[in-house]
Amino acid sequence: MGTWDWQVFLQDTGGGQTYLEWMMSAWGWTLSVSVLALFVALITGSLMGILRTTPSKTLALIGNAWTELFRNVPLLVQIFVWYHVIPSIFLPLRSVPSFILVVFALGFFTSARISEQVRAGIQSLPRGQRYAGLAMGLTLPQTYRYVLLPMAFRIVIPPLTSESMNIIKNSSVAFAVSIAELTMFAMQAQEETSRGIEVYLAVTALYFVSAFAINRIALFVERRVQVPGMIGGGK
Amino acid sequence: MKKTLLALATVLALGAAHAADADTLKKIKDSGSITIGARESSGALSFTLGDGKYAGFHTEMAQRIAADLQKQLGLSKLDVKYQPVTSQNRIPLVQNGTVDLECGSTTNNAARQKDVAFAVTTYVEEVRIATKANSGITSIAQLNGKKVATTTGTTSVQHLRKHERGAGVNFEEVYGKDHADSFLLLESGRADAFVMDGQILAGLISKSKNPSDFKIVGEVLSVEPIACMMRKDDPAFKKAVDDSIKNMIKTGDLAKLYDKWFMQPIPPANTKVGLPLSDATKSAWANPNDKPMEEYAKK
Repeated sequence: MGTWDWQVFLQDTGGGQTYLEWMMSAWGWTLSVSVLALFVALITGSLMGILRTTPSKTLALIGNAWTELFRNVPLLVQIFVWYHVIPSIFLPLRSVPSFILVVFALGFFTSARISEQVRAGIQSLPRGQRYAGLAMGLTLPQTYRYVLLPMAFRIVIPPLTSESMNIIKNSSVAFAVSIAELTMFAMQAQEETSRGIEVYLAVTALYFVSAFAINRIALFVERRVQVPGMIGGGK
Repeated sequence: MKKTLLALATVLALGAAHAADADTLKKIKDSGSITIGARESSGALSFTLGDGKYAGFHTEMAQRIAADLQKQLGLSKLDVKYQPVTSQNRIPLVQNGTVDLECGSTTNNAARQKDVAFAVTTYVEEVRIATKANSGITSIAQLNGKKVATTTGTTSVQHLRKHERGAGVNFEEVYGKDHADSFLLLESGRADAFVMDGQILAGLISKSKNPSDFKIVGEVLSVEPIACMMRKDDPAFKKAVDDSIKNMIKTGDLAKLYDKWFMQPIPPANTKVGLPLSDATKSAWANPNDKPMEEYAKK
Protein backbone atom coordinates (compact mmCIF):
# COMPACT_ATOMS: atom_id res chain seq x y z
CA MET A 1 0.00 0.00 0.00
CA GLY A 2 1.02 3.55 -0.49
CA THR A 3 3.53 2.68 -3.15
CA TRP A 4 2.17 3.28 -6.59
CA ASP A 5 3.14 1.23 -9.54
CA TRP A 6 1.64 2.81 -12.60
CA GLN A 7 3.95 0.86 -14.85
CA VAL A 8 1.58 -2.02 -14.37
CA PHE A 9 -0.31 -0.65 -17.36
CA LEU A 10 2.70 -1.18 -19.59
CA GLN A 11 3.07 -4.83 -18.61
CA ASP A 12 2.24 -7.48 -21.14
CA THR A 13 -0.97 -9.41 -20.47
CA GLY A 14 0.62 -12.53 -21.92
CA GLY A 15 -1.40 -12.21 -25.09
CA GLY A 16 0.83 -9.70 -26.83
CA GLN A 17 -0.83 -6.48 -25.71
CA THR A 18 -0.31 -4.23 -22.72
CA TYR A 19 -2.83 -3.71 -19.96
CA LEU A 20 -3.26 -0.14 -21.19
CA GLU A 21 -4.24 -1.35 -24.64
CA TRP A 22 -6.60 -3.83 -23.08
CA MET A 23 -8.15 -1.11 -20.93
CA MET A 24 -8.68 1.15 -23.95
CA SER A 25 -10.38 -1.67 -25.81
CA ALA A 26 -12.52 -2.29 -22.71
CA TRP A 27 -13.43 1.39 -22.66
CA GLY A 28 -14.45 1.07 -26.29
CA TRP A 29 -16.77 -1.82 -25.41
CA THR A 30 -18.29 0.16 -22.55
CA LEU A 31 -18.95 3.13 -24.82
CA SER A 32 -20.30 1.03 -27.70
CA VAL A 33 -22.69 -0.87 -25.44
CA SER A 34 -23.81 2.36 -23.76
CA VAL A 35 -24.30 4.49 -26.85
CA LEU A 36 -26.13 1.80 -28.83
CA ALA A 37 -28.29 0.94 -25.82
CA LEU A 38 -29.03 4.64 -25.42
CA PHE A 39 -30.36 4.80 -28.99
CA VAL A 40 -32.55 1.76 -28.39
CA ALA A 41 -33.73 3.25 -25.10
CA LEU A 42 -34.50 6.71 -26.51
CA ILE A 43 -36.45 5.37 -29.47
CA THR A 44 -38.50 2.68 -27.70
CA GLY A 45 -38.79 4.73 -24.50
CA SER A 46 -40.18 7.79 -26.32
CA LEU A 47 -42.54 5.65 -28.36
CA MET A 48 -43.89 3.81 -25.33
CA GLY A 49 -44.14 7.03 -23.33
CA ILE A 50 -46.17 8.67 -26.10
CA LEU A 51 -48.42 5.63 -26.46
CA ARG A 52 -49.32 5.87 -22.80
CA THR A 53 -50.73 9.37 -23.25
CA THR A 54 -52.85 8.64 -26.33
CA PRO A 55 -56.65 8.49 -26.01
CA SER A 56 -56.65 4.90 -27.34
CA LYS A 57 -57.00 2.43 -24.47
CA THR A 58 -55.23 -0.35 -26.38
CA LEU A 59 -52.20 1.77 -27.19
CA ALA A 60 -52.00 3.05 -23.61
CA LEU A 61 -52.20 -0.53 -22.36
CA ILE A 62 -49.33 -1.60 -24.59
CA GLY A 63 -47.22 1.30 -23.36
CA ASN A 64 -48.07 0.62 -19.72
CA ALA A 65 -47.43 -3.10 -19.97
CA TRP A 66 -44.05 -2.50 -21.62
CA THR A 67 -43.01 0.02 -19.01
CA GLU A 68 -44.08 -2.00 -15.98
CA LEU A 69 -42.53 -5.20 -17.32
CA PHE A 70 -39.09 -3.74 -17.91
CA ARG A 71 -39.17 -1.45 -14.90
CA ASN A 72 -39.95 -4.12 -12.31
CA VAL A 73 -37.34 -6.75 -13.14
CA PRO A 74 -33.76 -6.18 -11.97
CA LEU A 75 -31.31 -5.37 -14.74
CA LEU A 76 -29.01 -8.30 -14.02
CA VAL A 77 -31.94 -10.71 -14.23
CA GLN A 78 -33.02 -9.18 -17.52
CA ILE A 79 -29.53 -9.58 -18.93
CA PHE A 80 -29.48 -13.24 -17.98
CA VAL A 81 -32.95 -13.80 -19.43
CA TRP A 82 -31.83 -12.32 -22.74
CA TYR A 83 -28.56 -14.20 -22.76
CA HIS A 84 -29.43 -17.63 -21.42
CA VAL A 85 -33.20 -18.11 -21.27
CA ILE A 86 -34.59 -16.60 -24.46
CA PRO A 87 -31.96 -18.20 -26.78
CA SER A 88 -32.78 -21.61 -25.31
CA ILE A 89 -36.45 -21.09 -26.27
CA PHE A 90 -35.87 -19.43 -29.63
CA LEU A 91 -32.92 -21.41 -30.92
CA PRO A 92 -31.90 -19.11 -33.82
CA LEU A 93 -31.07 -16.45 -31.22
CA ARG A 94 -28.15 -18.61 -30.08
CA SER A 95 -26.05 -17.33 -32.92
CA VAL A 96 -26.74 -13.69 -32.03
CA PRO A 97 -23.61 -12.19 -30.46
CA SER A 98 -23.92 -11.43 -26.75
CA PHE A 99 -23.05 -7.82 -27.54
CA ILE A 100 -26.34 -7.33 -29.44
CA LEU A 101 -28.33 -9.07 -26.71
CA VAL A 102 -26.82 -6.82 -24.06
CA VAL A 103 -27.54 -3.70 -26.10
CA PHE A 104 -31.19 -4.67 -26.28
CA ALA A 105 -31.41 -5.78 -22.67
CA LEU A 106 -29.87 -2.56 -21.39
CA GLY A 107 -31.79 -0.48 -23.94
CA PHE A 108 -35.17 -1.98 -23.05
CA PHE A 109 -34.50 -1.71 -19.32
CA THR A 110 -33.70 1.98 -19.71
CA SER A 111 -36.55 2.49 -22.18
CA ALA A 112 -39.02 1.76 -19.36
CA ARG A 113 -37.54 4.58 -17.34
CA ILE A 114 -37.46 6.96 -20.31
CA SER A 115 -41.06 6.05 -21.14
CA GLU A 116 -42.04 7.10 -17.62
CA GLN A 117 -40.27 10.44 -18.01
CA VAL A 118 -41.69 11.15 -21.45
CA ARG A 119 -45.19 10.36 -20.20
CA ALA A 120 -44.71 12.67 -17.22
CA GLY A 121 -43.39 15.39 -19.54
CA ILE A 122 -46.40 15.18 -21.86
CA GLN A 123 -48.85 15.08 -18.96
CA SER A 124 -47.27 18.07 -17.32
CA LEU A 125 -48.50 20.21 -20.24
CA PRO A 126 -51.84 21.94 -19.76
CA ARG A 127 -54.64 19.83 -21.25
CA GLY A 128 -55.74 22.82 -23.29
CA GLN A 129 -52.67 22.47 -25.52
CA ARG A 130 -53.91 19.16 -26.88
CA TYR A 131 -57.46 20.50 -27.35
CA ALA A 132 -56.15 23.61 -29.04
CA GLY A 133 -54.15 21.53 -31.47
CA LEU A 134 -57.10 19.31 -32.31
CA ALA A 135 -59.41 22.34 -32.58
CA MET A 136 -57.05 23.84 -35.13
CA GLY A 137 -57.86 20.89 -37.33
CA LEU A 138 -54.58 19.01 -36.74
CA THR A 139 -54.81 15.24 -36.61
CA LEU A 140 -53.70 13.54 -33.39
CA PRO A 141 -50.24 12.63 -34.75
CA GLN A 142 -49.86 16.20 -35.98
CA THR A 143 -50.87 17.56 -32.59
CA TYR A 144 -48.15 15.44 -31.01
CA ARG A 145 -45.61 16.37 -33.63
CA TYR A 146 -46.17 20.11 -33.72
CA VAL A 147 -47.70 21.00 -30.35
CA LEU A 148 -47.06 18.54 -27.53
CA LEU A 149 -43.72 16.86 -28.17
CA PRO A 150 -41.66 19.99 -28.86
CA MET A 151 -42.59 21.25 -25.40
CA ALA A 152 -42.56 17.90 -23.59
CA PHE A 153 -39.11 16.93 -24.83
CA ARG A 154 -37.64 20.21 -23.71
CA ILE A 155 -39.07 19.61 -20.24
CA VAL A 156 -37.65 16.10 -19.95
CA ILE A 157 -34.10 16.85 -21.07
CA PRO A 158 -32.74 17.02 -17.49
CA PRO A 159 -34.08 13.60 -16.38
CA LEU A 160 -33.07 12.16 -19.76
CA THR A 161 -29.55 13.39 -19.07
CA SER A 162 -29.48 11.44 -15.82
CA GLU A 163 -30.77 8.37 -17.59
CA SER A 164 -28.12 8.67 -20.29
CA MET A 165 -25.44 8.89 -17.65
CA ASN A 166 -26.95 5.93 -15.83
CA ILE A 167 -26.73 3.83 -18.95
CA ILE A 168 -22.94 4.26 -18.97
CA LYS A 169 -22.77 3.13 -15.38
CA ASN A 170 -25.31 0.34 -15.85
CA SER A 171 -23.35 -1.00 -18.81
CA SER A 172 -21.03 -2.50 -16.19
CA VAL A 173 -23.45 -5.42 -15.81
CA ALA A 174 -22.50 -6.48 -19.33
CA PHE A 175 -19.43 -8.15 -17.80
CA ALA A 176 -21.80 -10.82 -16.49
CA VAL A 177 -22.36 -12.09 -20.03
CA SER A 178 -18.74 -11.91 -21.04
CA ILE A 179 -18.55 -8.52 -22.72
CA ALA A 180 -14.97 -7.41 -22.20
CA GLU A 181 -15.93 -4.00 -20.85
CA LEU A 182 -14.33 -1.83 -18.17
CA THR A 183 -15.68 -3.56 -15.06
CA MET A 184 -14.61 -6.93 -16.35
CA PHE A 185 -11.22 -5.52 -17.24
CA ALA A 186 -10.88 -4.10 -13.72
CA MET A 187 -11.73 -7.39 -12.01
CA GLN A 188 -9.54 -9.40 -14.33
CA ALA A 189 -6.55 -7.08 -14.39
CA GLN A 190 -6.49 -6.56 -10.64
CA GLU A 191 -6.36 -10.31 -10.13
CA GLU A 192 -3.66 -10.82 -12.75
CA THR A 193 -1.42 -7.97 -11.64
CA SER A 194 -2.23 -7.70 -7.89
CA ARG A 195 -2.36 -3.94 -8.51
CA GLY A 196 -6.03 -3.39 -7.80
CA ILE A 197 -5.79 0.18 -6.56
CA GLU A 198 -4.11 1.51 -9.69
CA VAL A 199 -6.44 -0.47 -11.95
CA TYR A 200 -9.61 0.64 -10.17
CA LEU A 201 -8.45 4.28 -10.05
CA ALA A 202 -7.89 4.28 -13.80
CA VAL A 203 -11.21 2.59 -14.50
CA THR A 204 -13.04 4.98 -12.17
CA ALA A 205 -11.53 7.91 -14.03
CA LEU A 206 -12.69 6.50 -17.38
CA TYR A 207 -16.24 5.98 -16.11
CA PHE A 208 -16.23 9.52 -14.78
CA VAL A 209 -14.98 10.95 -18.07
CA SER A 210 -17.56 8.99 -20.06
CA ALA A 211 -20.56 9.91 -17.92
CA PHE A 212 -19.42 13.51 -17.59
CA ALA A 213 -19.04 13.81 -21.36
CA ILE A 214 -22.65 12.70 -21.78
CA ASN A 215 -23.63 15.28 -19.18
CA ARG A 216 -21.87 18.05 -21.10
CA ILE A 217 -23.34 16.98 -24.43
CA ALA A 218 -26.84 16.97 -22.92
CA LEU A 219 -26.24 20.40 -21.43
CA PHE A 220 -25.18 21.66 -24.85
CA VAL A 221 -28.31 20.21 -26.43
CA GLU A 222 -30.44 21.70 -23.67
CA ARG A 223 -28.99 25.16 -24.28
CA ARG A 224 -29.30 24.89 -28.05
CA VAL A 225 -32.96 23.96 -28.04
CA GLN A 226 -34.08 26.51 -25.51
CA VAL A 227 -36.95 28.67 -26.72
CA PRO A 228 -37.69 31.87 -24.80
CA GLY A 229 -41.10 31.79 -23.22
CA MET A 230 -41.38 28.00 -23.27
CA ILE A 231 -41.22 25.89 -20.11
CA GLY A 232 -37.69 25.00 -19.17
CA GLY A 233 -36.00 27.46 -21.29
CA GLY A 234 -34.45 30.55 -22.42
CA LYS A 235 -33.64 34.04 -21.46
CA MET B 1 -23.55 11.37 11.81
CA LYS B 2 -21.14 12.18 14.60
CA LYS B 3 -21.56 8.67 15.96
CA THR B 4 -20.80 7.18 12.58
CA LEU B 5 -17.66 9.26 12.32
CA LEU B 6 -16.62 8.24 15.81
CA ALA B 7 -17.23 4.60 15.00
CA LEU B 8 -15.30 4.96 11.79
CA ALA B 9 -12.42 6.62 13.58
CA THR B 10 -12.38 3.83 16.17
CA VAL B 11 -12.39 1.17 13.50
CA LEU B 12 -9.54 2.90 11.69
CA ALA B 13 -7.58 3.32 14.91
CA LEU B 14 -8.12 -0.34 15.80
CA GLY B 15 -7.10 -1.37 12.31
CA ALA B 16 -3.92 0.67 12.60
CA ALA B 17 -3.21 -0.73 16.06
CA HIS B 18 -3.65 -4.28 14.79
CA ALA B 19 -1.46 -3.69 11.84
CA ALA B 20 1.20 -2.32 14.13
CA ASP B 21 1.53 -5.34 16.39
CA ALA B 22 2.40 -8.43 14.47
CA ASP B 23 2.32 -10.65 17.55
CA THR B 24 -0.67 -12.73 16.56
CA LEU B 25 -0.16 -15.35 19.27
CA LYS B 26 -0.36 -12.66 21.96
CA LYS B 27 -3.42 -11.19 20.30
CA ILE B 28 -5.12 -14.59 20.27
CA LYS B 29 -4.18 -15.22 23.87
CA ASP B 30 -5.37 -11.82 25.08
CA SER B 31 -8.63 -11.83 23.18
CA GLY B 32 -9.35 -15.53 23.61
CA SER B 33 -10.42 -15.63 19.98
CA ILE B 34 -9.02 -16.24 16.53
CA THR B 35 -10.55 -14.99 13.30
CA ILE B 36 -10.32 -17.35 10.37
CA GLY B 37 -10.86 -16.09 6.85
CA ALA B 38 -13.04 -18.46 4.85
CA ARG B 39 -14.35 -18.47 1.30
CA GLU B 40 -18.01 -18.67 0.34
CA SER B 41 -17.44 -20.90 -2.67
CA SER B 42 -13.97 -22.23 -3.30
CA GLY B 43 -15.08 -25.72 -4.12
CA ALA B 44 -14.23 -28.42 -1.59
CA LEU B 45 -11.42 -26.27 -0.16
CA SER B 46 -13.67 -23.80 1.61
CA PHE B 47 -17.34 -23.07 1.21
CA THR B 48 -20.31 -21.84 3.16
CA LEU B 49 -23.20 -23.95 4.37
CA GLY B 50 -25.18 -20.77 4.93
CA ASP B 51 -26.05 -19.26 8.28
CA GLY B 52 -22.45 -18.23 9.00
CA LYS B 53 -21.21 -21.83 8.88
CA TYR B 54 -18.20 -22.80 6.81
CA ALA B 55 -16.85 -26.17 5.76
CA GLY B 56 -14.28 -27.70 3.45
CA PHE B 57 -10.83 -29.23 3.43
CA HIS B 58 -9.00 -26.04 4.31
CA THR B 59 -11.66 -24.80 6.70
CA GLU B 60 -11.51 -27.97 8.74
CA MET B 61 -7.73 -27.86 8.64
CA ALA B 62 -7.91 -24.31 10.03
CA GLN B 63 -10.12 -25.57 12.85
CA ARG B 64 -7.49 -28.18 13.70
CA ILE B 65 -4.80 -25.49 13.63
CA ALA B 66 -6.90 -23.35 15.98
CA ALA B 67 -7.24 -26.31 18.35
CA ASP B 68 -3.46 -26.80 18.31
CA LEU B 69 -2.91 -23.08 18.98
CA GLN B 70 -5.31 -23.29 21.90
CA LYS B 71 -3.27 -26.17 23.34
CA GLN B 72 0.00 -24.36 22.78
CA LEU B 73 -1.23 -21.17 24.43
CA GLY B 74 -2.82 -23.09 27.31
CA LEU B 75 -6.19 -21.47 26.81
CA SER B 76 -9.19 -23.18 28.36
CA LYS B 77 -11.43 -21.76 25.67
CA LEU B 78 -10.72 -20.39 22.21
CA ASP B 79 -13.44 -18.64 20.32
CA VAL B 80 -13.14 -19.41 16.59
CA LYS B 81 -14.72 -16.68 14.49
CA TYR B 82 -15.20 -16.78 10.75
CA GLN B 83 -14.86 -13.88 8.39
CA PRO B 84 -15.98 -14.48 4.82
CA VAL B 85 -13.39 -13.10 2.40
CA THR B 86 -13.30 -12.65 -1.36
CA SER B 87 -10.36 -12.68 -3.72
CA GLN B 88 -10.51 -8.88 -3.77
CA ASN B 89 -10.43 -8.24 -0.02
CA ARG B 90 -8.55 -11.19 1.46
CA ILE B 91 -5.08 -9.61 1.45
CA PRO B 92 -6.12 -6.23 2.95
CA LEU B 93 -8.16 -8.03 5.63
CA VAL B 94 -5.17 -10.12 6.65
CA GLN B 95 -2.88 -7.09 6.59
CA ASN B 96 -5.11 -4.91 8.76
CA GLY B 97 -5.66 -7.60 11.36
CA THR B 98 -9.34 -8.36 10.71
CA VAL B 99 -8.38 -11.91 9.77
CA ASP B 100 -5.65 -13.82 11.63
CA LEU B 101 -5.45 -16.85 9.38
CA GLU B 102 -6.96 -17.14 5.92
CA CYS B 103 -7.43 -20.70 4.74
CA GLY B 104 -9.32 -20.75 1.49
CA SER B 105 -7.94 -21.07 -1.98
CA THR B 106 -5.20 -18.47 -1.99
CA THR B 107 -2.29 -19.14 -4.32
CA ASN B 108 1.11 -18.52 -2.81
CA ASN B 109 2.93 -16.31 -5.31
CA ALA B 110 5.88 -13.97 -5.23
CA ALA B 111 3.81 -10.78 -5.59
CA ARG B 112 1.69 -11.71 -2.57
CA GLN B 113 4.70 -12.70 -0.50
CA LYS B 114 5.64 -9.02 -0.48
CA ASP B 115 2.44 -8.27 1.46
CA VAL B 116 1.72 -11.38 3.50
CA ALA B 117 3.22 -14.64 4.70
CA PHE B 118 2.10 -18.15 3.77
CA ALA B 119 2.01 -21.36 5.77
CA VAL B 120 3.45 -24.49 4.21
CA THR B 121 1.63 -25.56 1.08
CA THR B 122 -1.22 -27.91 1.84
CA TYR B 123 -2.80 -28.29 -1.56
CA VAL B 124 -1.38 -27.97 -5.04
CA GLU B 125 -3.90 -26.83 -7.58
CA GLU B 126 -3.61 -27.85 -11.20
CA VAL B 127 -5.30 -25.62 -13.74
CA ARG B 128 -7.07 -27.85 -16.26
CA ILE B 129 -9.54 -27.75 -19.12
CA ALA B 130 -13.11 -29.04 -18.85
CA THR B 131 -15.08 -29.76 -22.01
CA LYS B 132 -18.17 -31.63 -23.09
CA ALA B 133 -17.37 -35.33 -23.23
CA ASN B 134 -18.50 -35.52 -26.87
CA SER B 135 -16.54 -32.46 -28.03
CA GLY B 136 -13.48 -34.42 -29.08
CA ILE B 137 -11.18 -31.87 -27.45
CA THR B 138 -8.30 -33.50 -25.64
CA SER B 139 -5.53 -30.92 -25.61
CA ILE B 140 -4.73 -27.22 -25.71
CA ALA B 141 -3.75 -27.42 -29.37
CA GLN B 142 -7.34 -28.28 -30.24
CA LEU B 143 -8.62 -25.08 -28.70
CA ASN B 144 -7.63 -23.18 -31.84
CA GLY B 145 -10.60 -21.09 -32.98
CA LYS B 146 -12.69 -22.22 -30.03
CA LYS B 147 -14.38 -20.24 -27.28
CA VAL B 148 -12.77 -20.71 -23.93
CA ALA B 149 -14.65 -19.75 -20.78
CA THR B 150 -13.15 -18.70 -17.51
CA THR B 151 -14.35 -16.78 -14.47
CA THR B 152 -13.85 -13.04 -14.19
CA GLY B 153 -11.26 -12.19 -11.56
CA THR B 154 -9.22 -15.40 -11.74
CA THR B 155 -5.77 -15.97 -13.14
CA SER B 156 -6.45 -19.25 -14.93
CA VAL B 157 -6.88 -17.91 -18.41
CA GLN B 158 -3.68 -15.90 -18.09
CA HIS B 159 -1.69 -19.14 -18.15
CA LEU B 160 -3.53 -20.25 -21.24
CA ARG B 161 -2.90 -16.87 -22.87
CA LYS B 162 0.85 -17.20 -22.25
CA HIS B 163 0.81 -20.79 -23.43
CA GLU B 164 -1.17 -19.84 -26.52
CA ARG B 165 1.41 -17.37 -27.72
CA GLY B 166 4.13 -19.97 -27.86
CA ALA B 167 1.98 -22.64 -29.41
CA GLY B 168 0.21 -20.48 -31.98
CA VAL B 169 -3.21 -21.40 -30.70
CA ASN B 170 -5.85 -18.72 -31.14
CA PHE B 171 -8.95 -18.86 -29.01
CA GLU B 172 -11.65 -16.45 -27.93
CA GLU B 173 -11.93 -15.68 -24.22
CA VAL B 174 -15.41 -15.54 -22.71
CA TYR B 175 -15.92 -14.69 -19.09
CA GLY B 176 -18.52 -15.87 -16.59
CA LYS B 177 -19.46 -13.71 -13.63
CA ASP B 178 -18.69 -16.59 -11.24
CA HIS B 179 -17.78 -20.26 -11.54
CA ALA B 180 -21.41 -21.34 -11.82
CA ASP B 181 -21.95 -18.88 -14.69
CA SER B 182 -18.81 -20.04 -16.46
CA PHE B 183 -20.01 -23.60 -16.19
CA LEU B 184 -23.38 -22.54 -17.59
CA LEU B 185 -21.51 -21.09 -20.59
CA LEU B 186 -19.97 -24.51 -21.20
CA GLU B 187 -23.20 -26.37 -20.48
CA SER B 188 -25.30 -24.19 -22.81
CA GLY B 189 -22.77 -24.40 -25.62
CA ARG B 190 -21.72 -20.75 -25.46
CA ALA B 191 -18.18 -21.92 -24.75
CA ASP B 192 -16.32 -25.00 -25.93
CA ALA B 193 -14.06 -25.29 -22.92
CA PHE B 194 -13.79 -24.02 -19.38
CA VAL B 195 -10.35 -23.39 -17.96
CA MET B 196 -10.16 -23.38 -14.19
CA ASP B 197 -8.66 -24.98 -11.09
CA GLY B 198 -9.05 -28.75 -11.31
CA GLN B 199 -10.93 -29.12 -8.06
CA ILE B 200 -13.43 -26.41 -8.97
CA LEU B 201 -14.07 -28.10 -12.32
CA ALA B 202 -14.42 -31.48 -10.65
CA GLY B 203 -16.84 -30.01 -8.10
CA LEU B 204 -18.99 -28.28 -10.72
CA ILE B 205 -19.12 -31.39 -12.88
CA SER B 206 -20.09 -33.55 -9.92
CA LYS B 207 -22.98 -31.23 -9.15
CA SER B 208 -24.17 -30.83 -12.76
CA LYS B 209 -27.32 -32.43 -14.15
CA ASN B 210 -25.38 -35.07 -16.10
CA PRO B 211 -21.83 -35.38 -14.78
CA SER B 212 -20.99 -37.90 -17.49
CA ASP B 213 -21.51 -35.22 -20.18
CA PHE B 214 -18.31 -33.47 -19.12
CA LYS B 215 -14.70 -34.38 -18.72
CA ILE B 216 -11.48 -32.83 -17.59
CA VAL B 217 -8.88 -33.13 -20.29
CA GLY B 218 -5.52 -31.98 -21.52
CA GLU B 219 -2.27 -30.82 -20.11
CA VAL B 220 -1.89 -29.20 -16.73
CA LEU B 221 -1.76 -25.49 -17.59
CA SER B 222 -0.21 -24.35 -14.38
CA VAL B 223 0.56 -25.58 -10.93
CA GLU B 224 -0.38 -23.35 -8.05
CA PRO B 225 0.58 -23.97 -4.45
CA ILE B 226 -2.39 -23.11 -2.22
CA ALA B 227 -1.68 -22.26 1.39
CA CYS B 228 -3.06 -20.53 4.44
CA MET B 229 -2.22 -16.85 4.54
CA MET B 230 -1.25 -14.75 7.56
CA ARG B 231 0.40 -11.47 8.47
CA LYS B 232 4.00 -10.92 7.53
CA ASP B 233 6.88 -10.70 9.98
CA ASP B 234 5.39 -12.85 12.71
CA PRO B 235 7.73 -15.87 12.81
CA ALA B 236 6.31 -17.24 16.07
CA PHE B 237 2.79 -17.46 14.68
CA LYS B 238 3.99 -18.88 11.38
CA LYS B 239 5.98 -21.54 13.18
CA ALA B 240 2.97 -22.50 15.31
CA VAL B 241 0.75 -22.83 12.22
CA ASP B 242 3.40 -24.67 10.20
CA ASP B 243 4.12 -27.07 13.08
CA SER B 244 0.45 -27.84 13.39
CA ILE B 245 0.18 -28.59 9.67
CA LYS B 246 3.39 -30.65 9.59
CA ASN B 247 2.08 -32.66 12.50
CA MET B 248 -1.16 -33.33 10.61
CA ILE B 249 0.86 -34.50 7.63
CA LYS B 250 2.99 -36.80 9.80
CA THR B 251 0.06 -38.39 11.62
CA GLY B 252 -1.83 -38.86 8.37
CA ASP B 253 -4.68 -36.64 9.56
CA LEU B 254 -4.32 -34.33 6.58
CA ALA B 255 -4.64 -37.28 4.20
CA LYS B 256 -7.78 -38.33 6.07
CA LEU B 257 -9.17 -34.81 5.73
CA TYR B 258 -8.40 -34.87 2.04
CA ASP B 259 -10.21 -38.15 1.62
CA LYS B 260 -13.17 -36.79 3.58
CA TRP B 261 -13.60 -33.67 1.44
CA PHE B 262 -12.48 -34.81 -1.98
CA MET B 263 -13.38 -38.49 -2.18
CA GLN B 264 -16.50 -38.82 -0.03
CA PRO B 265 -19.96 -37.28 -0.52
CA ILE B 266 -19.95 -33.79 0.98
CA PRO B 267 -22.67 -31.33 1.85
CA PRO B 268 -24.69 -29.48 0.76
CA ALA B 269 -25.67 -31.77 -2.15
CA ASN B 270 -23.98 -34.95 -0.87
CA THR B 271 -22.04 -35.39 -4.08
CA LYS B 272 -18.48 -36.61 -4.48
CA VAL B 273 -15.86 -34.31 -5.98
CA GLY B 274 -13.87 -37.41 -6.86
CA LEU B 275 -10.46 -35.83 -7.35
CA PRO B 276 -7.74 -38.21 -6.11
CA LEU B 277 -4.72 -36.78 -4.34
CA SER B 278 -2.39 -35.47 -7.04
CA ASP B 279 1.32 -36.22 -7.23
CA ALA B 280 2.03 -32.50 -6.90
CA THR B 281 0.13 -32.30 -3.60
CA LYS B 282 1.77 -35.52 -2.39
CA SER B 283 5.23 -34.12 -2.99
CA ALA B 284 4.32 -30.85 -1.28
CA TRP B 285 3.34 -32.87 1.79
CA ALA B 286 6.48 -34.98 1.62
CA ASN B 287 8.64 -31.84 1.78
CA PRO B 288 6.63 -29.14 3.53
CA ASN B 289 7.63 -25.74 2.12
CA ASP B 290 6.25 -22.27 1.49
CA LYS B 291 7.74 -21.79 -1.96
CA PRO B 292 5.76 -19.43 -4.21
CA MET B 293 4.23 -20.50 -7.50
CA GLU B 294 7.13 -19.07 -9.49
CA GLU B 295 9.49 -21.68 -8.08
CA TYR B 296 7.15 -24.48 -9.11
CA ALA B 297 7.08 -23.15 -12.64
CA LYS B 298 10.86 -23.37 -12.91
CA LYS B 299 10.89 -27.13 -12.66
